[in-house]
Amino acid sequence: MQRSSIQRATAALLVLGLGALTACGSDGGGDEGGGSGGDEVVLVTHESFLVSDAVLEEFTEETGYRVKLLRAGDAGVVVNQAVLSAGNPQGDVLFGVDNTLLSRALDAGIFTPHEAAGLEHVPDELRLDDEEHRVTPVDTGDICVNYDRAWFDERDLAPPRTLQDLADPAYADLLVVQNAATSSPGLGFLLATVAAFGEDGWGEYWESLRENGVEVVEGWEQAYNERFSGAGQGGDRPLVVSYASSPPAGVVYGGDERPERAPTGVAAETCFRQVEFAGLLDGAANEEGGRALLDFLLGLPFQEDMPLSMFVLPAREDAALPEEFARYVEPVDEVHEVAPEDIAAHRDEWIDEWTDLVVR
Amino acid sequence: MSLLELDGVRVRYGARAALDGVRLSVAEGEVVCVLGPSGSGKSTLLRAVAGLTPVDEGAVRLAGRDQRGVPAHRRGLGLMFQDHQLFPQRDVAGNIAFGLRMRRRSREEAAGRVAELLDLVGLPGAGRRAVASLSGGEQQRVALARALAPDPRLLMLDEPLGQLDRDLRERLVVELRQLFARLGSTVLAVTHDQGEAFALADRVVVMRDGRVVQVGAPVEVWRRPADAFVARFLGFRNVTPAHVDAEGARTPWGALPVPAGTAPGARTVLVRPSGVRLTPPEGAPLTGEVTARTFRGDHVLLLLEPGGGAPPLEASCPLRAAPEVGERVGVRFDPEEIVALPDQLP
Amino acid sequence: MTRSALVRGALLVAPLLFFVVFFGYPVTAIVGRGLREDGVWRFGRLTEVLGDPGTLRVLWFTCWQAAASTALTLALALPGAYVFARLRFPGRRVLHAAVTVPFVLPTVVTGAAFLALVGRGGVLDDAFGVRLDDGVWAILLAHVFFNYAVVVRTVGGLWAQLDPRQEEAARVLGAGRLAAWRRVTLPALTPSVAAAALMVFLFTFTSFGVIQILGSPGRATLEVEIYRQTAQLLRLDTAAVLTLVQLAAVVALLVTHRLVTRRRVGALRLVDPAGTARPPRGWVQWTALGGVLATVALLLALPLGVLVERSLAGPDGYGLHHYRALAHADGTFLVAPAEAVGNSLRFAAAATAIALLVGGCAAVALTRRAGRLTRGFDALLMLPLGTSAVTVGFGFLIALDEPPLDLRSSWVLVPLAQALVGVPFVVRVLVPVLGAVDERLREAAAVLGASPWRAWRAVDLPLVWRSALVAAGFAFAVSLGEFGATVFLARPDEPTLPVAVARLLGRAGAENYGQAMALSVVLMLVCAVTLLSLERLAPSRSAGTF
Repeated sequence: MQRSSIQRATAALLVLGLGALTACGSDGGGDEGGGSGGDEVVLVTHESFLVSDAVLEEFTEETGYRVKLLRAGDAGVVVNQAVLSAGNPQGDVLFGVDNTLLSRALDAGIFTPHEAAGLEHVPDELRLDDEEHRVTPVDTGDICVNYDRAWFDERDLAPPRTLQDLADPAYADLLVVQNAATSSPGLGFLLATVAAFGEDGWGEYWESLRENGVEVVEGWEQAYNERFSGAGQGGDRPLVVSYASSPPAGVVYGGDERPERAPTGVAAETCFRQVEFAGLLDGAANEEGGRALLDFLLGLPFQEDMPLSMFVLPAREDAALPEEFARYVEPVDEVHEVAPEDIAAHRDEWIDEWTDLVVR
Repeated sequence: MSLLELDGVRVRYGARAALDGVRLSVAEGEVVCVLGPSGSGKSTLLRAVAGLTPVDEGAVRLAGRDQRGVPAHRRGLGLMFQDHQLFPQRDVAGNIAFGLRMRRRSREEAAGRVAELLDLVGLPGAGRRAVASLSGGEQQRVALARALAPDPRLLMLDEPLGQLDRDLRERLVVELRQLFARLGSTVLAVTHDQGEAFALADRVVVMRDGRVVQVGAPVEVWRRPADAFVARFLGFRNVTPAHVDAEGARTPWGALPVPAGTAPGARTVLVRPSGVRLTPPEGAPLTGEVTARTFRGDHVLLLLEPGGGAPPLEASCPLRAAPEVGERVGVRFDPEEIVALPDQLP
Repeated sequence: MTRSALVRGALLVAPLLFFVVFFGYPVTAIVGRGLREDGVWRFGRLTEVLGDPGTLRVLWFTCWQAAASTALTLALALPGAYVFARLRFPGRRVLHAAVTVPFVLPTVVTGAAFLALVGRGGVLDDAFGVRLDDGVWAILLAHVFFNYAVVVRTVGGLWAQLDPRQEEAARVLGAGRLAAWRRVTLPALTPSVAAAALMVFLFTFTSFGVIQILGSPGRATLEVEIYRQTAQLLRLDTAAVLTLVQLAAVVALLVTHRLVTRRRVGALRLVDPAGTARPPRGWVQWTALGGVLATVALLLALPLGVLVERSLAGPDGYGLHHYRALAHADGTFLVAPAEAVGNSLRFAAAATAIALLVGGCAAVALTRRAGRLTRGFDALLMLPLGTSAVTVGFGFLIALDEPPLDLRSSWVLVPLAQALVGVPFVVRVLVPVLGAVDERLREAAAVLGASPWRAWRAVDLPLVWRSALVAAGFAFAVSLGEFGATVFLARPDEPTLPVAVARLLGRAGAENYGQAMALSVVLMLVCAVTLLSLERLAPSRSAGTF
């Protein structure tokens, strides 16, 4: 009895030990250092970054460089870490700075200029650093109010179109939004209202939203998965702040059915445009590889892969949208924009004011 | 009238009966000792009386009143646990005063009583000491004081001296006996040590496998064990099957004299060590070789090997006359020290 | 210096080095980055930040929610401690392991499940119209959910070893059941209740995931605020001050914890817990058992059950749809689930190996009576439990960035960060057992000619291997579920189960959601199996303590 249990214990410890060894072995070839040399190029990015394996292989075939991904939390974490390690970066290229974080990254001087091939196909309004080319616009994603089509059909009620509509008593107690202080769609929606109503008017607008029963939750997951009736998990609110790409994503990841229209729609005039940039990190170990990777990020294979992997819109106008995506994505008429400098200058103050206004 | 009466008490743990129809009574002011090997149900008996273990059948009566449904704390008993179970978070005085406080006596009254009891058990002024700092004997005294403090109508002791060394035990037994006599306490104690039981008790109850096998005054039980089990449990080794007829008892040691009036037939015979007298080997009907000597204070216990298939014999003899190991001695039996037990040896 | 002193020193150096390099140095670096300007410490920021009403609000909320959560956890879990310690009933062992599962599950998983209980459309909503998701109640109940096992294990572990006859002695002396419990058992339990309360307070004081998922805006703990200040606003000075405040609070808690637990040693005489449990008897015990089972069912089993239910709810009714989907990952899949399971197991195994090595050395050194210094070291090893994952993650980034210690893009960062959390558990489990090994046994072995190493192998190892396994299992389960630190580390793309679950939850689409639930169930099962096998091996005397 005693003996066999000791044997069992030994076996268990051996398994643990072997597991540890396999763990070591799995990455045995990888080097341990900031950036990299030789044939490896390191892309630092956030949790939401996704790319098809085939596309990455294409890059390796074309250039001879292998891509190693380094991830850390959300975009804020990634950018802040890059700022902290300025001059001695963790990798060669950073992807995931958006226009709400852009000023901080540029002010910290973490990027080396590079004019990526294909930039001429990107519309001017996305090229926010066109003088210096420190960052390259890669994709856009609009943060918009989504609605549950069935819910509004059942009640024979037209879904809201504009921000103003949301304060209409006809849509009382229907909207759920995220905390602007901790959630990136939450912040985007706040910025949309700032853009729409001006620095002096947005506070008033939010007061009317509050009177109209807006619900604030911490994060996107909670808002979309738990509260939004359109997600199919038994939520109770038919309006939610999400992305313009959520309807196609909902269909593609909603099962095998391909309905005529996506079961969720987008309120077309409620959107804030988020632009994601990539840049070559200053002090990169593999600068050449990094430049090649930046070019590749703006190349058609990657641009056309993005919609269905990350559910964002490619920055290049000439990139073809995948059929499934094009079919279910809805046109966004008017986007609300705030200049990165203004965001950098006022963000904290807006968030504090918003918190005082809406949460307390 | 007896203070405590057990009437056909049965306690089962699963399929096993820990108490199997126990009948027992303890009179006011009497000290009764339950004697038995471990597992005989002694502790369960105390727990059943205290109300800590529910009784499955039969009745426990205190002063004539059935105790069924009366919770432990309303029975007004004292119980001293085998390992004392002093409360480690309280000091000595706190332990002794516990029962008094539970009976809502005032602090002053309790303090007076605690001092009184500490004097009584020979630990004057020890009230503030921590329980952990006490020696075994001191703990035993504190536990006794704690049990006595609320003046229980019946004091129960579970192996009261079990963990103490022999010297201390022998001294305390005498002290306890004197104390109970002085206080007039009614006591029900259990022990596996026959010496302790005989020294302490007015009456001894021998238990085996949850049943009472003999009740009687210590001397009576000592002199006439009810059966071979009791005899062996009391420490006697010279127990053997025998056939009694007019000439005596036929045993492997030869024919032994039996007291007059012993009924004939198949019996078990007990020869106390003091009934095995040593003689010179020449001409003796039975001889044996001394194989072991155990020094017992004022006498020596010898083990004799008679040979010829007969079992060894235990004999006691005075210190001066004790033979050496290896010597051959003759044996003569004293009929006064021979008892024919009622049953056949199993 | 004698050889044994050398060995002791060496045993202490390894964990000390680990602690300094992978905790002390990074945390100091990130705090220094925030509070030092041109080589001068600006402690003036301390008073500025602490004087800010926003900071005070956060501090106030952090403290009172932790106090309230602790009180509620004690109120609900103490009966559980009693029932698991004193009553024998079928399924006790499985249930005992099951209540520990929430403790090691990542908050992303259980948060979602918990919402299903107290949230809108949740079970309480359906049955009684009670919704708690927008109040502070959800946070408090979730904290109970996570910390129930802390109390049951810590207090119940001791309770099972208290001699029931102590209470009986009090009862015979005239105390009723309740009075006997209050006057005899409770005082004996008080130190362990205090210790458990302090641990729960520590865990809830530094609560992050629960607040992120269930908190409403404006209800931020220090930990959440540190995350916000560091990861989002990059106000490192404010974050540094808050980190220092939190560290100070945690140190105070740990010191109190040590004082409280030390008092317990020696005073009580403990018995074998195997003999103290009895089948329930009488209405009081049956009520206690019923109440505890109901609490466990409602508060612990139900949320986990909802998780399972949702993982089985496919497009065509209940079935294994989402599980099958996990098995057939196509090219655009977020994470190949099998790969995530493999990654998780490998990282957890590596983290366990590190935690066992470091914690084991520390535990051995700590039990060899090396004075006041090492006792402080024990508390020091607990510090990572009370430090924000974001602080550690960012600290790694700026501290471990020079060769030879440039680990920033190494896979080993993840197990290292997980091991930081695992070490305290290993030490907690091993120290009492190692301390209980009678020195005279070692002496006996030495007299018989065994070298210290041989003596250790012959005497200590047979006694502690079970505990070592328990410790390993705990470290393993905790690493498996650990989410906080790993997500803030820039790390090679090897997503673990919790990370994969979070990614799936973070995207629209019923398929993603269902697969997230299915993957969560897989994670839950792995944790549960680990814990259950521990329960079988557990030396009942030591496994109870955290």
